[in-house]
Amino acid sequence: MTRLLDINDLHVTFPTEDGDVKAVDGISLTLDAGETVAVVGESGSGKTVTSLSVLGLHNKKRTRLTGEILVHSERGAVDVVSCGDEELRKLRGSAVAMIFQDPMSSLHPYYSIGNQLSEAYRVVTKASKKDALKRCVEMLDLVGIPEPQKRVKEYPHQFSGGMRQRVMIAMAIINNPRILIADEPTTALDVTVQAQILTLLKELQKEFNMGILLITHDLGVVAEVADRVNVMYAGKVVERGTVDDIYYRPLAPYTMGLLSSIPSVYGKGTGRLSAIPGQPPSLISLPEGCSFASRCSFASQVVGASCATDAPQLIEDEPGHSARCHLALADRRTAGAKFAAKGGTA
Amino acid sequence: MINYVLRRLLYAAVILLLVSMAVYAIFQFLPFDPAALTCGKNCRPNLIAANRVRLGFDKPVWEQYWLFLSGIFVGRDYGVGSAAFSCPAPSLGYSFRQNACVTDLIKQALPVTLSLAIGALILWLIVGIGLGILAARFKDSPIDTGSTVFVLIGTSLPTFVTGLLLLIYLTLKNNIIPLNFDGYVSIFDHPSKFFIYFLLPWITLAFAFSAIYTRYTRSAVIEISGEDYIRTALAKGLKPKVVLRKHTLRAALAPLTTLAGLDFAGLLGGAILTETIFDLPGLGRMSLKAVNDFDLPVVLATTLLAAAIVVIMNLIVDLLYAVLDPRVRVG
Amino acid sequence: MTPIVKVENLTKHFPIKKNALARRKAGNVKAVDGISFEIAPGETLGMVGESGCGKTTAGRTIIKLYEPTGGKIYFEGEDITDMAPSAMRSYRSKMQIIFQDPFASLNPRHTIGRIIAAPFEIQNITPEGGVRRAVQTLMERVGLNPEHYNRFPHEFSGGQRQRIGIARSIALKPKFIVADEPVSALDVSIQAQIINLLDDLQTEFGMSFLFIAHDLSVVQHISDRVAVMYLGKIMEIAPTTDLYAAPHHPYTKALLSAVPVPDPHTERTRERILLHGDLPSPMNPPTGCVFNTRCWKAQDRCRSDEPELLQIGASSVACHFPE
Repeated sequence: MTRLLDINDLHVTFPTEDGDVKAVDGISLTLDAGETVAVVGESGSGKTVTSLSVLGLHNKKRTRLTGEILVHSERGAVDVVSCGDEELRKLRGSAVAMIFQDPMSSLHPYYSIGNQLSEAYRVVTKASKKDALKRCVEMLDLVGIPEPQKRVKEYPHQFSGGMRQRVMIAMAIINNPRILIADEPTTALDVTVQAQILTLLKELQKEFNMGILLITHDLGVVAEVADRVNVMYAGKVVERGTVDDIYYRPLAPYTMGLLSSIPSVYGKGTGRLSAIPGQPPSLISLPEGCSFASRCSFASQVVGASCATDAPQLIEDEPGHSARCHLALADRRTAGAKFAAKGGTA
Repeated sequence: MINYVLRRLLYAAVILLLVSMAVYAIFQFLPFDPAALTCGKNCRPNLIAANRVRLGFDKPVWEQYWLFLSGIFVGRDYGVGSAAFSCPAPSLGYSFRQNACVTDLIKQALPVTLSLAIGALILWLIVGIGLGILAARFKDSPIDTGSTVFVLIGTSLPTFVTGLLLLIYLTLKNNIIPLNFDGYVSIFDHPSKFFIYFLLPWITLAFAFSAIYTRYTRSAVIEISGEDYIRTALAKGLKPKVVLRKHTLRAALAPLTTLAGLDFAGLLGGAILTETIFDLPGLGRMSLKAVNDFDLPVVLATTLLAAAIVVIMNLIVDLLYAVLDPRVRVG
Repeated sequence: MTPIVKVENLTKHFPIKKNALARRKAGNVKAVDGISFEIAPGETLGMVGESGCGKTTAGRTIIKLYEPTGGKIYFEGEDITDMAPSAMRSYRSKMQIIFQDPFASLNPRHTIGRIIAAPFEIQNITPEGGVRRAVQTLMERVGLNPEHYNRFPHEFSGGQRQRIGIARSIALKPKFIVADEPVSALDVSIQAQIINLLDDLQTEFGMSFLFIAHDLSVVQHISDRVAVMYLGKIMEIAPTTDLYAAPHHPYTKALLSAVPVPDPHTERTRERILLHGDLPSPMNPPTGCVFNTRCWKAQDRCRSDEPELLQIGASSVACHFPE
């Protein structure tokens, strides 16, 4: 397996007048070739900030970044946190590419699709305009846009949302990047279109052996495409494991809460949803102990540590499966079985 | 696209026709006898009556309007016999106060105003947009603070104060820009004199406008920089320079064409204050003088001209915008 | 029993003008194009569909926020289709709407006390014990701290704002509420809180809901019956369990199969129907069955004859070749 990305102890802080907002509070993750690693969390969990910082696309003036983001490529490893602007720029598009949540606003309204695509190609390859345009047509064809010869001359507003996301994907992979960061790639799309886009991403991944870092809040999407999952809460990874670990043997109370709060089409009947009470903490004044303590139904069962004052560490409870919780592992296993998705037992 | 242009031209013509009717109607309701105004203090009734016939004020209103309108296209003859004279097309009437065809008066004044407006436009676009981009690019730095001060001063100082201060300090006290006694010269005849003649008026006019444009450009560039498609452009690995030039500025400055076009149109109607301070024989001063003198044909003509300029500039701006923004061009 | 709401062949078209000066009608967006259904007292009818299918327009037209273009709307048996706004007034207290965006639907300059009290003010009703007490009871009921009476919307999170919107809508104990994507803007953990709240309120007050959403799982959870819309028309309407267990319309089937399920095993094993292409323009919908351009079962007949909504078991399906 080829390692593509190593994020080590990344902290992202936004200093504000009211205090430092700790958007990302020491996360580490890895990505290998050909696999999809999901970062799941609700708004404010720090997942988008993490993805933006891999490409150095965060607002540099308002952000403090510490830790290490190692991007491995043929030319060796580059640390995005410490490298120079020019070095970072050369990673963009060629080694690491990105697609975004809103395909409606992610394309420049004034330039034709061909113009925007060939620009992405030429900045890396220095190809001639003619060759670039030929490549654009090929790429549009590859991502399933009918009549690419004609559509390459059109403008973004002449494309539907799903088609625009296809264009974004074509633009992202036009230089064969090894890493594709997909930040909520289907959130703005309808379900039938979402299914098309996810299928497309999976096909392209197989064809080009890309590593995909998938940022999403949708546990359904994660179950469909991810190999490994990082569950984030208030800037920290609270559970990490394979997709089966997370859905069938969850070990962190927050993951259990998330799983049980989604109604499912093949669901567990129409009883009450077990909602997680309360709201996520403010990122300016994070609690001293576990960030989830105030919403956690297991906090009272913890023996030997105080959830309110001691912050739990991310501990590997099983091989490749870690969680951040004080509760005894046996208790968490029992609890996890109750909240697990049904498919594993069926 | 061609359809669109033709339709817009038709609308413009209709609007101009309506404006001319409205202006003409307003002048009909003024409590003056236009014929009495043609000959000043030593008017005799018979002279007034003669002028009334000569200028056609004895005819019904609609016929006068028709004569005026057709005069624009075919010229107009006044009086009969030895007292006859004519204003060739395009005729906008005859000023008895100045004993000249209004068109000739405009022909003299227009180049002055045009030179003033074009020069000032170029100057304020360069300064305003340039400073705005710098301020946005180095947001919260001393450059940004400096630009904010400039914007504050520029927008709050009235033109006549700026103009007078410039005149006093640059010309009268320090003689950096020499005073000009030759009057207006065309750029084609004597470029250096032309530039010296217009330098202060340009600076004066451009000062206020560039402050507004700085503020606009700064906020537009900052706003567009936060757009998703700018993030996309950066994610492609484009140089920040290229992103700014190709992606940010294109989107930020396109709406500026509308603003600039309309401001420019406003100036062509006459920059009255600036022309007065610097004693420029332009359209603004001409219409001001005409108003003071009850020189109705001139007032009528300049009003119409100003309206025409605004309508035409509007058309140009819209067409330009269609060229710049494909969403307008290709539905 | 008289249905709370009955809709017959309801249409709502929006005219499209090519440009402001031409005043020429370039066409109609057929946002809602002939839908019929009933909602019984205490029942929740879910309405699902993709963006542009007309579900939001339908919801707003039913409570006459939009004037219907055609068809009939009955509220408790009374024809309100052409009722004048002044006559509608007394009905307004019985029908309410909850909006999708909890950030845009509350006036930022009003305290939440004032926002929730607005229905009392508009209907000129003084509740027992005074407005303030009534509002605070409502706040408590929807899970807000009554002491926050004088705070402003920006001081609340998305979920709390949605609670404010709900408190406002139940203030007059309406018989019918249109909930237009009430949880779409919220995070899952908060979403579950709001769904539970709506569930509880329905049990307590017995009101009927028209629950509009694009999320099929949420709709399944909360609805007694579900209507599936596509391009302004109802494709299938059925009791929830029937619809999800045995969808009859190809579109319903495709829609259900497209929803990702939070269960990796199911995801790996199930077969997915991938619909090709995009939604056609509602300005120029396909002839015959509106779904024919994306349907894998489409025959010539589907392109020429529009299928009617016909009964199959407990379901009604508009398809020539139902599953």
